[in-house]
Parts: sequence; structure tokens; C-alpha cells
Amino acid sequence: MDMDMARDALVQEARELLAAMENALLEIEAEGASPEAINAIFRAAHTIKGSAGLFAFDRIVSFTHIAESMLDRVRNGTLPLDQPLMALLLECSDYIAELVDAIEARREDIEPDPERRARLEDALNALLGEPKAQVATVRQAAPEPAGQVEVESGESVSSDNWHLSLRFSQDVLRHGMDPMSFLRYLGTLGRIVHIVTLPDAMPAADEFDAESCYLGFEIDFASEVDRQTIEGVFEFVREDSDIRILPPHGKVAEYISLIGALPEPAGRLGEILVKGGALTSGELETVLARQAAEPVPAKPIGTLLVEQEMVPQAVVAAALTKQKQGEEKRAQEQKFIKVEVNKLDALIDLVGELVIAGAATNLLARKQKDPQFEEVSQALSTLVEQIRDAALTLRMVPIGEVFQRFPRVVRDISRELGKEIQLVVTGADTELDKSMVEKLSDPLMHIVRNAMDHGIESTAARVDAGKPAGGTLRLNAYHESGSIVIEVSDDGKGLDRERILKKGIERGLVQPDQILSDSEVFRLIFEAGFSTAETVTNLSGRGVGMDVVKKNIESLRGEVEILSRAGQGTTVRIRLPLTLAIIDGFQVMVGESTFVIPLELVIECVDVGGHDTRHNIVKLRGEPLPFLRLRELFDLPPADGVRESLVVVQYGQHRAGVVVDRLMGEFQAVIKPLGQLFNQVRGISGSTILGDGRVALILDVPNLIQRASRAQAALAWHGQATTTPEQTGGN
Amino acid sequence: MPLTPHENEAGAFRLHGELTVMHAAALKDELLAALAHADTLALDLGEVEDIDTAGVQLLLLLKREAARLGRSVSYGGHSGAVLAALELLDLTGALGDPVLMPKGA
Repeated sequence: MDMDMARDALVQEARELLAAMENALLEIEAEGASPEAINAIFRAAHTIKGSAGLFAFDRIVSFTHIAESMLDRVRNGTLPLDQPLMALLLECSDYIAELVDAIEARREDIEPDPERRARLEDALNALLGEPKAQVATVRQAAPEPAGQVEVESGESVSSDNWHLSLRFSQDVLRHGMDPMSFLRYLGTLGRIVHIVTLPDAMPAADEFDAESCYLGFEIDFASEVDRQTIEGVFEFVREDSDIRILPPHGKVAEYISLIGALPEPAGRLGEILVKGGALTSGELETVLARQAAEPVPAKPIGTLLVEQEMVPQAVVAAALTKQKQGEEKRAQEQKFIKVEVNKLDALIDLVGELVIAGAATNLLARKQKDPQFEEVSQALSTLVEQIRDAALTLRMVPIGEVFQRFPRVVRDISRELGKEIQLVVTGADTELDKSMVEKLSDPLMHIVRNAMDHGIESTAARVDAGKPAGGTLRLNAYHESGSIVIEVSDDGKGLDRERILKKGIERGLVQPDQILSDSEVFRLIFEAGFSTAETVTNLSGRGVGMDVVKKNIESLRGEVEILSRAGQGTTVRIRLPLTLAIIDGFQVMVGESTFVIPLELVIECVDVGGHDTRHNIVKLRGEPLPFLRLRELFDLPPADGVRESLVVVQYGQHRAGVVVDRLMGEFQAVIKPLGQLFNQVRGISGSTILGDGRVALILDVPNLIQRASRAQAALAWHGQATTTPEQTGGN
Repeated sequence: MPLTPHENEAGAFRLHGELTVMHAAALKDELLAALAHADTLALDLGEVEDIDTAGVQLLLLLKREAARLGRSVSYGGHSGAVLAALELLDLTGALGDPVLMPKGA
């Protein structure tokens, strides 16, 4: 038992660490490598290995060990963190996740994916084993560690141009790429202030291979674009070419290492740098003097000064951050205790029973008409209410837990689709019930995939439409009157209203002459088997899914809504109740039956008498309000002489009235799910137990509002149809 | 491809078509052979339709080879494509010789 708990703890910890690792990798991809991020990755791998070692989970230990050795090289700067390495690391983290899944499933003795493991191990060993690989990779410019500690030290040069040193791989021409075309493209991003073509590497005529590229380029480049954009120009050749990019006002140290690393003699490079304006002659003197003072290795390319000059600082910086993070972690540990979810659930159940018992006491106190008893029971219910709220907040977690999966998903899918998509997450700290977090994940994933696949257009189509080439996907969450609202928006082409309508008519979901609002049309896409996608892709478009999304959300007592504007984008808005367990209810009666309406959704109560209630529309302060009678809805026996009341409810933007016999007041309702038998019953979302032990039904307000509005719309349509008789003939 | 001797001038040649990696290897041998037979080599680049890095590199090699052997190579009649490439790489000084504006420019 203890062993099992420890194992679960390990699985959970490993997953958190893998998530941290993935986040750090994505951060590096987005913002360039920073020592903190690289360290976070290393630490994650290291901790996973350590914990797995305690349990002798050898598969994890041996694999993370190789990954860790490779990460160690990245950390001390001998291996640059480039695109292929990033991809490799992401895949390593996926594979470790598989191993963790195996541990959770108690199948750690079986290799989950031998083929993948072998491939990854080969790739890692290739990076580690061959010393050649190191020399080759050192030639690449180490990614500029933006905003790093070392920035504080070392003077900067005065030039405001970028300086690019390009030594292409000799094979670049053979691979069908022409360095000149990169330069031409570079020219579109800014202005090439100065360029020197260096033929120095050209061998004698006999050895000269006309299909090899020997030319080097030193470029001073004026541009407003960022480093990533410039690096992007050389993306296809970065792997085996030597591309060095120094930012405007680069550091003297970087120029020292540049001169040290390039194959041409220092004096000649110095002249070029001065001529192009990258360095002033004063600065050049400093650089050369300092370079002379430091022992420069004889190797023309290879051990860089980067290592001598920068790495110690990076290591110091890393050590500092590590120390700081250690302190922060301790502080956090004091703030949190891990509690098993089962214990929490048991507590919530007990609080639910307490609420029911409290209601019973209240009822009794009122019947007894004993003022002292009533007072005590009042005090008791106030406390019970507070305990309920406090207990429920224990289960609240930030929705960020769901959102954190998406940066990776968006990255992978956008690559797969060949679209450039940026993810913007807001409101990640909005809280909702833990039990919902788990159930939200899949529907959200589906919506996100759909938006990326069908919503956001291809880059070319976007440019044609005059939009920015890169699409934006937004995840947003916020609280609104007792609900949590989650929005997935894209700035894509929007839904095609006509196409959806046509398809809806084809499938017999709507009548050809029916008049539908935009939101009613868009809602059609939630019907089973409904897909308007012209091409079915890997990801979505098979028409399975959106109906499942809707079912999932509805099982959480939530609602999905679609807003879309042609050419501007689509927003899918999910509205969920904050909690599934206990609500503040408003109790009403029809005949002898009691119903509960969630209090947050009640706007006001009005006396029906004196209002004109024809056509199930009442005029309230000049505004028409659709309503329905619970008596009719649930087929309850008619009663005479009751003074009916109208309860006005609102959900989202929509309002409706519910006519009842009697208003009973506020009441804390512990929601009990309805059995399978009641699955098909509309208008009811659950049941609860009253203080006297009777059962009351909780009304499904969104459904009631929908019915009331639909009845009204049908009536309006019908009314319209009867006034123009020639249109009714067809039906 | 593209290297043809001038009818009546010794050491004068004309380059045609594509001066690119596709033909670079063959052209290298032809050009070096031409250089071996003439003290002064004059190349007319007027009909070069396309030039890439391999082509530029070849022109540089020929210049350097000539200097090493104490001979001379001159380029002339640069086509628009050649001029654009030389400007991009800032090699008009090295490979320009008498750079003439292309016909019709």
C-alpha cells in the first residue's frame, strides 16, 4: 500500500517535471535559449532520474542518464541548442512520459516502445559519442542568451547594425541552395549596409571543386527585425553552416570570440569590421589587444573564446538562479500541502450531508416557533454556509492546469499543418472545480484542433485576405455571474453560414423556409455527423467530435455557444457552473411539487396577475419576455385560484420567465445526480433533498430559456406565415 | 555550354546562358584551359542570363589563378544578371573591370 502511494507520488512528480521541461523547451523555442530554461530542463531530467533510481525503475534511469549527459553538454555550452536538438529533446520528453505511463500502469518491466527508444538512444549517443560532432557543432553560433547575467559585464560596441558572419557549408550548392538567394532575402528584411565577400577559403585551382561553396560573407545589416527573424533566413542551412549573428551594440567579448572563431586572420577580419562600421578603430584596438593577451588556441575553428569568456559567467549565473530557486521552492513548500483527492471528496460529501441536516434543523426550528432555538439554528446555518464555501474552494484549481497542455499542442499541430499559429493564453488563473478540469481537457482539445485546422487559413490565403501571415489562437477564461466562461477564439475565416445552412437543410435538420438567427445556424455544427469541411484532414473534418464536445460540456451542466464573423474569426464560448456539488437554490412550488432554481440565475420575481400573458409572452417594463408554465411543462394537475408568480431567470445573454404557484425562498441544495433513467428528461438537471426529506428537482435553466425562446420564435414565424397565405401552401 | 571563342580575337571569349552550379565544373576546366593558352584572357559576360554563387566563385578563382600565373583576365559587357550579383556581393571592384552599363539600361 505504502509502496503504491509512493509510486503514485513518483508518477505525479515525474509528470509535473515533464510538463516543466516541455514548457522550458517551448520557451526556448519562442524566446531563444536562456541559462534558466536550459537549467530547468536539466534539473527536470536529473530529478526524474533520481526518483526513478530510488525505485530501481531501470528503464527510466538508463534513458534519462543519456539524456542528462547530453543536456549537461548543452548546459556547459559544448552543444548548441538548435532546432533538431530541440525536436529531439521534445521527443525524449514524450518517451519518458511513456515510461511514466508504464509505471503508473504497473507495467514498468515491459518496454513500452522499443523502436522509439532505440532511435532516440542512437540520436543521443551520436551527439555524445563522436568528438567530431562537437567540433562541427561548435562552429555554429551559440544562440544569443538574451537578458542573461553576462550582459552586465563587458562593454558594448557602438554600432547599431547587426553583424553577420556567414560561412556556408561547402555542400550548400550541391544541396540546391544558393547563398546569394539568402542574401537577397536578407535584403528584404532590412538594408545590407556593408558586405565583404571573402574568397580566402578557396583552395588552389587543382583542388577547387566548382560545386563546393568556399565564399564567406561578413555583413553589416541595418534592420528593425529581431534575432529570430534573421536566424530564420538561414534556417535551412543553419545545421551545417557557420552562421554567427551579433546584435546591434554587441559586446566586445563577442567580437573577440568572433574574430577568434573565424578562419581568416585577425588583422584582416578587424579591417573588415572597421570598414563595415561594426567596430570603430578604437574598439578594434581593444578587441585585438585583449585577444592577444588571451591565449588563442591554434585551431582556426574550434575551441572558441565563447567558452573561455562566457561560459564561466553563464555557470555562475546558473548557480545563482539555482540557489534562488531553491529558496523559492522552500517558501512554496510551506504554503502547500498535498492532499489526496479522495479525502477532499469525502469532506465535500460530508459537508453536503451537513447542509441537508442543517436545513432539517431550520425547518424544525421554524415549526417549533421557539425563538431561542430559531436563533441557534440561524447561527448554525450561517456557519454551515461558510464551511460549504470554504470546502468547495479547496477543490478549486486554476484553469491553467488545462491550458498548459496547449502550447505544445499548438506548436505540433501548426507544424503538421504548415501554418504559422501563435497561441495567446489569458485568464489562466481563473479557478474552477477540479473535477471539471479533467473533463474539460478533451472537448477543449477538439475545439482547438478544429480552430487550427478549419478556422485559421493557410498562410497564403491569409496574406491574400490582407491579414497578418501568422494566425492567432486565443484561450481565455473568466468568471461571470456564477459561471466560468472559457473561450477559444481564432482570427481565421469564420464559419460559412450559407454552407452550414445548406448542409442543415440537406440533412433535414432545418426546414428550407425556416428563418434562423446566426447563432441557431452555427449551433447546427454540434449535430452528430455534421461536417462542412471540404477536405477531410488527419486532425478533424470527419464530422465526429463537435457533437461529442457538446455532450461533454452538457454533462458538466454547461453550455456551448459559437460566435463567428466571416473573414474575422470564430469564438467558441463554453459556459460552465463553478461547481458541481452544492448550489444556492431558490425554492418554488407548483401544486405539491417542489423545484429548485440556481439562485445565481434568478433575476427577480414578479406577480403574474395583471399582466397580459397571451402567446406565452409577457410585457415586462415595456420589454417582451418569453415565459413558460412549469405546470404545463411537467403535466402537473391544474389548480384553481392560485396566485401565480413569474420568476425571471437569465443565463448568458438570454432571459425568460418561469411561472410557478408559490415562491418558497432561498435554500442550499446539495446536487444529487439523476439516474440513467432520467437522462432523456429535458428541463431538469438534477435533484436535491429538502430539509424534511422530500426530493426536489433542480431546473435546468439554460434548457428552459431555450424552450421559451424557441416557442416564441415558432409563434412569431407561424404568425408571419399566416399573414402571408401564399407561403403556407407548400407545407 | 557556353564558352565560345571570339572569331578573330585571340584570347577573347564569350560566355552564354547560365553561369551556375549546373555547369560550373565543366566550365572551370574550360576556363582554366583557355587561361593556359593565353597571356591575356577577355571574357564577355553580356549574354550570361543567370549567375549564382558558384558562378561568382568561378570568376573569382579565374582572377586569382591569373594573378598567380602572372597573366591577366578581364571581364566585360556584364549582363544585368551579373551586375545584380556583383552589386549584391559588393564585388564590382574585384570582378568589374570596365563595368559597362548593360545594353538598354
